[in-house]
Amino acid sequence: MSANSLGVDMIVAQSKTPLPEGVHLPLYMDNHATTAMDPRVLEAMMPYFSGKFGNAASRNHAFGWEAEAAVETAREQIAKLIGATAKEIIFTSGATESNNLAIKGVAEMYRERGNHIITQVTEHKAVLDTCKRLEKLGYEITYLPVQADGLISLDDLKAAFTDKTILVSIMFANNEIGVIQPVAEIGKLCHEKGVIFHTDAVQAVGKIPVNVQAMNIDLLSLSGHKIYGPKGAGGLYVRRRNPRVQLTEQINGGGHERGMRSGTLNVPGIVGLGKACEIAGEEMEVESKRLTELRDYMKAKFENALDYVHVNGNMEHHLPGNLNMSFVYVEGESLLMGINDIAVSSGSACTSATLEPSYVLKALGLGDDVAHSSIRFGLGRFNTKAEVDYVADKLITTVSKLRELSPLYEMVKEGIDLSKIEWAAH
Amino acid sequence: MAYSDKVVDHYEHPRNVGTLDKSSDEVGTGLVGAPECGDVMRLQIRVNPETQVIEDAKFKTFGCGSAIASSSLATEWVKGKTVAEALAISNTDIVKELALPPVKIHCSVLAEDAIRAAIGDWKKKNNVAEGAEATATAAAH
Repeated sequence: MSANSLGVDMIVAQSKTPLPEGVHLPLYMDNHATTAMDPRVLEAMMPYFSGKFGNAASRNHAFGWEAEAAVETAREQIAKLIGATAKEIIFTSGATESNNLAIKGVAEMYRERGNHIITQVTEHKAVLDTCKRLEKLGYEITYLPVQADGLISLDDLKAAFTDKTILVSIMFANNEIGVIQPVAEIGKLCHEKGVIFHTDAVQAVGKIPVNVQAMNIDLLSLSGHKIYGPKGAGGLYVRRRNPRVQLTEQINGGGHERGMRSGTLNVPGIVGLGKACEIAGEEMEVESKRLTELRDYMKAKFENALDYVHVNGNMEHHLPGNLNMSFVYVEGESLLMGINDIAVSSGSACTSATLEPSYVLKALGLGDDVAHSSIRFGLGRFNTKAEVDYVADKLITTVSKLRELSPLYEMVKEGIDLSKIEWAAH
Repeated sequence: MAYSDKVVDHYEHPRNVGTLDKSSDEVGTGLVGAPECGDVMRLQIRVNPETQVIEDAKFKTFGCGSAIASSSLATEWVKGKTVAEALAISNTDIVKELALPPVKIHCSVLAEDAIRAAIGDWKKKNNVAEGAEATATAAAH
């Protein structure tokens, strides 16, 4: 029995019906997981894989100077995008490392001052797992809950501070539900309390305005592969003034990046990250408007064609290209199977290796059955309206077909209250 | 995750989707699973009262592709079998037939539960004692 491979080549080969213009299969609409590299970014990187191969730390010859110059240009490009100065940007292998460095770096450096950290439940695992590790080392962590729309309550945050609090880490925008936290207000509060504020801004940088000065941000993580740049290249903004933030380095060996992150710099990756930031800054206004319109158009299509659909996450404070919807009474993995030439993701347990449903959706207070029927759409720079139409139409057809198979949908249509049933769960 | 051809086939062309009349004495209904788990199967059988042969079976499932395939296959297999023969169907048969990976074995277990639940419901309605088909089961094996 052969396995039906879902490889890209296989999907291209299987596509028999003529497609609408502008639609190429397989179709990528999962831009919160990663993004395709912008050709302009690749072009900027290429010389540093071949002729310009010097080590940026080689201080004594032209090969090194050339690499160093490229790295410093990238620093400027990133700093400009977030309202920082070049000296405040250090390079890492990606946002997971940036998050680890920020949180562990502060925890260790400021241990004398206190051992309490405040974060929240819908953070990326890079933050949550780092905090769990610190708990094992004797730190106290407060995980703030979120409201039904995904936002934290500023009152909860205020109440959580103690005289031992040394760090607040709250993400700028959530990768699953696209919700944007009140970062400026959080920053202001932390500033007043004299507590360092870190934000994982991976999904926000380059998509919505981010300004570390105006928003009182002290540490900020960003990643190349979420903004049409390369994987393996990330950054951490570390404030130098008002206050000066210090970190205990997590990697030793040579003292690169002002002692904060040793290791030979990934020059081509850094060049790509810088270029991606430059492009994002220039195109942000037009792109965010276009993506917001496309996203709202797609949302309206679903709401007009189907009943029992539910949007997850506050839609007012929301990333332009993100849409997380539950198609109730249809399970997420079976839905993905019906649209297997389209790349999106689901909060369903069946799609995760651990068979646990999305913890982010659970934190919103959604029932598991609604979490199981959720799909996350991530529109990006290269998605077109034709693609949105293709995806929406195919999804509507698949949902309708699966609802005919769904005992839950039949029961609900008959007026049965599912919450009153005693299920014979295994 | 790669699906076997048979799982894909059942997903694209599910067999015996639908509903039988719950109120009929000839119909047994099994409803297993729970929405919170992401798997709910409803399997119904219509049993000939004289021969105890399952003459029709219908299913509806809320769940992943493997769950849909397992329950679709279950309706195919029980049709034409006696109640006793149907009770002999085990989840491992389903796993083998559909080539389910380890992480999806629980879908086959639920399908087996659904068959048993449907039969159990039919028996209750018709006051058929447990074990009344014991000899038939032995013969089927």
